[in-house]
Amino acid sequence: MSDVILHCQSLSRTYRSGDRDLTVLKDITFLLERGEFLAILGPSGSGKTTLLGLLAGLDQPTEGTVHLDGQQLGSLTEDQRARLRAEKIGFVFQSFQLIPTLTAQENVQVPLELLGDAESRLRARQLLERVGLSGREHHYPAQLSGGEQQRVALARAFSIRPKVLFADEPTGNLDAGTGATIIQLLMELNREVGTTLVLVTHDLDLASRAHRTIHLADGRVIADSAA
Amino acid sequence: MTGLLFVLRMAARELSAAPRRTGLLIGTVAVGVAALVAINSFTDNLRDSVSRQARALLGADISFSSRQPFSDRVEALLDTLSRRADLARITSFAGMAYVPRTTGSRLVQVTAVSGAYPFYGQLATDPPTAWRRLQSARHVVVDPSLLTVLGARIGDTLALGEGRFIITGTIRNAPTEVGFRFALGPRIYIPARYLSETGLLGFGARAQYEVFAKFPPGISAQELAAQYRPRLGPERVRVRTVASDQRNLNEVLSRLAGYLGLVALLALLLGGIGVASAAVVFVRQRTESIAVLRCLGVTAGRTFAIYLTEAAAMGLAGSVVGALLGVVLQRFLPRLLQGLIPVEVAPVLSWHAIGVGIGVGVWVALTFSMLPLLGIRRISPLRALRRAVEPERPWRDTWWAAATATLLVSIVGLAVHQVGSWRQGAMFAGGVAVTICLLWIGAWLLTWVTRHRLPSRWPYVWRQGLANLHRPANQTATLITAIGLAAFLLGTLYLVQHNLLSHLRSTGGPARPNLVLFDIQPDQLHAVQRELRDAGLPLASPTPIVPMRIRSIKGRSVAGILAGQNREGEPSGAWALRREYRSTFRDTVVASERVIEGQWRPDRSSAPAPISVEQELARELGVVVGDEIVWDVQGVLLPSRVASIREVDWARFEPNFFVVFAPGALERAPQTLVTLTRIETPDERGRFQRRMAERFPNVSTIDLSLVQQSLERLVDRVALAIQFMALFSLGVGVLVLISALTTSRFQRIREGALLRALGATRSQLFRIILAEYLSLGLLASVVAFFLAVIAGWALARFVFDSAFTLPLLPMAALAFGIVALTIVVGVANSREVVRRTPLEVLREE
Repeated sequence: MSDVILHCQSLSRTYRSGDRDLTVLKDITFLLERGEFLAILGPSGSGKTTLLGLLAGLDQPTEGTVHLDGQQLGSLTEDQRARLRAEKIGFVFQSFQLIPTLTAQENVQVPLELLGDAESRLRARQLLERVGLSGREHHYPAQLSGGEQQRVALARAFSIRPKVLFADEPTGNLDAGTGATIIQLLMELNREVGTTLVLVTHDLDLASRAHRTIHLADGRVIADSAA
Repeated sequence: MTGLLFVLRMAARELSAAPRRTGLLIGTVAVGVAALVAINSFTDNLRDSVSRQARALLGADISFSSRQPFSDRVEALLDTLSRRADLARITSFAGMAYVPRTTGSRLVQVTAVSGAYPFYGQLATDPPTAWRRLQSARHVVVDPSLLTVLGARIGDTLALGEGRFIITGTIRNAPTEVGFRFALGPRIYIPARYLSETGLLGFGARAQYEVFAKFPPGISAQELAAQYRPRLGPERVRVRTVASDQRNLNEVLSRLAGYLGLVALLALLLGGIGVASAAVVFVRQRTESIAVLRCLGVTAGRTFAIYLTEAAAMGLAGSVVGALLGVVLQRFLPRLLQGLIPVEVAPVLSWHAIGVGIGVGVWVALTFSMLPLLGIRRISPLRALRRAVEPERPWRDTWWAAATATLLVSIVGLAVHQVGSWRQGAMFAGGVAVTICLLWIGAWLLTWVTRHRLPSRWPYVWRQGLANLHRPANQTATLITAIGLAAFLLGTLYLVQHNLLSHLRSTGGPARPNLVLFDIQPDQLHAVQRELRDAGLPLASPTPIVPMRIRSIKGRSVAGILAGQNREGEPSGAWALRREYRSTFRDTVVASERVIEGQWRPDRSSAPAPISVEQELARELGVVVGDEIVWDVQGVLLPSRVASIREVDWARFEPNFFVVFAPGALERAPQTLVTLTRIETPDERGRFQRRMAERFPNVSTIDLSLVQQSLERLVDRVALAIQFMALFSLGVGVLVLISALTTSRFQRIREGALLRALGATRSQLFRIILAEYLSLGLLASVVAFFLAVIAGWALARFVFDSAFTLPLLPMAALAFGIVALTIVVGVANSREVVRRTPLEVLREE
C-alpha cells in the first residue's frame, strides 16, 4: 500500500470574473504522505483557500487531478464526494463555522450521525471533555467564547478520526494566547488520531511546526520545503 | 435508515432552536386551516342535518304542487294514490290579515291545512296543543312575529278576507320550503274547510295547491315520483320527494359553503406566502450552516430534505393546531348564518373536514416552501471558506420548473375542490394571482423609489425609515402582499355590500311608491281610486295583469316538450314552461327596463300579437325575435310573436313583467289591476292597509319598505358571514408581519444599537420605525383599495347588475384602520430595538 494520501497533479483553477477569466491557481503538483503535517503559506489572494477547497473536494479544478486516499476526486459525483468527506475528511475554519442552532454537543455529533454512529452522543461528550469543555455540552455557539467555539470545531473535526484534516487559518480569529492553546490541542489530537494535517496559515511560527511548508504567490508554488 | 434518522434529528433540532419563529409559522398555517376546517366541518354537519331532517322539511314522503287547482285527471290520480297512502292538502296564498281589536293589519302567507299534515317532523306550537286543536273550529295558528306587528295576543279574533278566526297559538317550528325564497309576510295556518269563507281565492289570486302523501313501508317515493312525473308534468304539477328536496337543498347550501370556503382558502394561501417568505429569508440566513453541513459530508439532497422536513413538520403542527381551532370555531358558524339555513345544525366532529384541513395545510406549507428551499441545493460547501462563491447549479432547473408547476396546479386544484366547479375555481385562482402580481409590482416600485428617488432634503429619520424597506434580506414585497391581500378582500366585500344595499335603498327614495295594491278587480278600481284620492294619496295609473300560461312555442306544445324531457328530475327549463305568467299590456317602455333586441313598437298590422320577452326568460324558453308563442288565457288561445327582448332591473320595486303585450290583444281578457302609492310614515301605512283590508278584503297591499328591510337583512347576513371569514386573512396578514419582524430581529436590534451608539435618540429610532411601517401599510392599502375598487365595480356591473358608487369616507376609514394596524403591530414588535442600550447589545456580539 502506498503511503501517499494526497496527490495533486497540474492543478489549475480559473474563475470567470465579468467578461474575463481570472486564473487563481496555476499548475500545482505535489504529493503528501500519510501522517504528514503540511502548512500552506502565502499572502492574501495567493490562492491558499482555493487550493484547500480543491484538495478537499469542495470545488472542481479547471485542469488537473486530485487523488485523496487513492480516489480521483474528479471522477466522483457530487454526492460521492460528500460521502468521501463524511468518512475521511475533517475541517477547521477560521471563523469556527459552528451551526448556530445546534448545541456544542450536537455540533460534534453531526459527522458521527452522518455515518450512523450509534454511540455519537457518548463519543461527542468524550471529545468535548478532551478539548476541555465538559459541562458546556448544552451551550449554543453564541454562548461560547471564540476560543471555546474553536475547541468545539476541533472536537467536531476529529470526531470521525479523519484521514486528512484541512484547517483554514484556525487561529486567525483568536488572540495569540488562545491561538497557541488551540494549536497545541490540534497537534495533540493529530498525534493521537494519526491524521494527515493540511493547514493554511499566515502565521510563520505556526508553519515552522509543520513537517513541510509550501509557499504560494500569485497562484503558483514558489517554494516547497520538501523539494 | 441512518439518512432518514439524521434528517429527522437535524430538522427537530433546527425547529426547537428558534421556538418563536417556529411558533409564528405554525400560527400562520393554523389560522388558515382553522378557517377551512370550520367551514368544511360546518358544511358536512349541514349535509348531515339536511339528510336527517329532509323528511321533516318536506313533512311527507312525496308532494304534488301546482299553481292552479288540480285538474280532474290529476284528482283521479290522487284518488288512486289515496288508496295506498295517507293524504293531506295544503293551499297557500297571500292575503291581508287584521285584528279588529287593535289597528294592526299585515299581508300574510296563509296556509290552509287539511289532513294530518305534517306526517313527519313536528309542527311545534305554543301552546303545544294548538296544532292538534286547529281543525276543531275556526282557529288560526300564527307566526309569533305577526302578534308583535299587529299588537295582538292569543285569543284575539283575526280577520282574513270575509272570514273570522280565533288566534289559538303561535308557531315555533314548521316544515319549510327549500331555498331562500323570502316570505312576503308572516305565515299563518287555518283549517282548509273554512277557506271558502274568506272569499280570498277569487279570480286572479295567486295560490299554491299542494298534496302531501305518506306511504306505508315498502313503497318507494322515488319510484313513484319517476312513474308519476311524465304524467303530471304536462298537467303542470311539480313532484317533490325527500330525495329531490335534499338534492336541491344540498346544492344551494354547498354553493354558499363553497364561497365561504374560498375565503377561508385565501387565508390559507396567504399563510403559504408567509411560509415561503420565511423560507427565503431562512435560506439566506442559514447559507453558511448549510455550507458547513456540506463540508461535513451531507449531500445536497439530504440538506434539502432536512429543511423540507422542517417545513412539513411546521405545516403538520400548524394544521393540527388549526384543525383544533376550527372545531371550536365551527360552533359559531350556525349562529352567524342564522336565517339563511332552514335546518338545525348540530356541531359534531367531522373527521373528513379535519383530515382534509390537515392534508391541505401540510400540502400548502410544502408546496409554498419548496421553491425557496430548492435554492439550498445551490449552496456550495465552499461558502464555508469564503463568502462570495458562484452557485454550482443554475437557478432554474427541472426541479424548479416542477415545483412551480406543482404550486400553480395545487392552488387551482384546491380552489376547484373547495368550490366544486372548474370554472369558478380557475377564476378564483386567476383573480388571486393577478392581485398578488399587482401587489408585488406595487411593492417593487416602492422599494425602487425609496432606493433611487428619495429626496435628500427629507428629514433623516424618514429617509432611514424608508431605506429600511430595501435593506438586505428585506421582506417588503411579502408584507405588502400579505397585508394588501387581506385589505383587498375586506375592501371588495365592503364595496359589494355597500353597492347592493344602496341599490336596494335607491328604489325606496323619497317620492317613490312604497305601497303596492294588487288583486284589484276591474269593478273595484274606481272605489279603490276614490279611497286613495280621499286620503290625499298620490295616484299612479293602474297596471292591468292578465294570468296566462304557455300552450305552445314555435308550433310545439308545452305538454309535448315536457313529456320529451328527462323523466328523472326536474329539468331547469320546465319551470318556465309550466309556470303561470302574469303579463300586462302597454305601449311604453318603463324606467326599469330596456329593449336590447328587436323593436318595441312593431308594425301594428302584424297578425299575432307582438310581445316583448325578458332576456333571461327568452333564453330559458329558447326563443328569439320573430318566434311564435301561443298563450292559454283562461282557456282562450292567443297567438303572439316575439317583437323584442328586454333587460329588466328586477331589483327595482316596480311592477315588472316577464312578458309585455302591445295594446290591442289583451284588453278584453279577464284581468286584475295593480296600483302603487306612497304613504310616508309606517303608522299611516298601517292604518291605510287596515282600512283597505276591511273595505276590499280581496285586495292585498305590500309594504315595500318591509320587503326592502328583509332583503337588506339578508344581504347584511351574507356579508357578515363572508366578512367573518375574511378576518382570518387579516389575522394571517398580521402573523406574517410579526413573523417577518421576528426573522429580522437580530439585524434590527444590531442596527438600532449602532444608531444609538452613533447618537440617535430613542425618539428618533421610534420615528424611523414609524416611517417604515407607515409607508408599508400605506402602500399596501392604497394598492389594495385601488384593486378593490376595480373588483367592486366589476362585480357590481357584471354580476349584480347594479350601479357603482364609491363610499369614500368608509373606505378611507377602512384604509386608515389597516395602516394603523400595520403600525401598531410593527412598533409593538420593535420595542426591543428602542428599549435596549447599545452597550448591552454590543456585548452580546
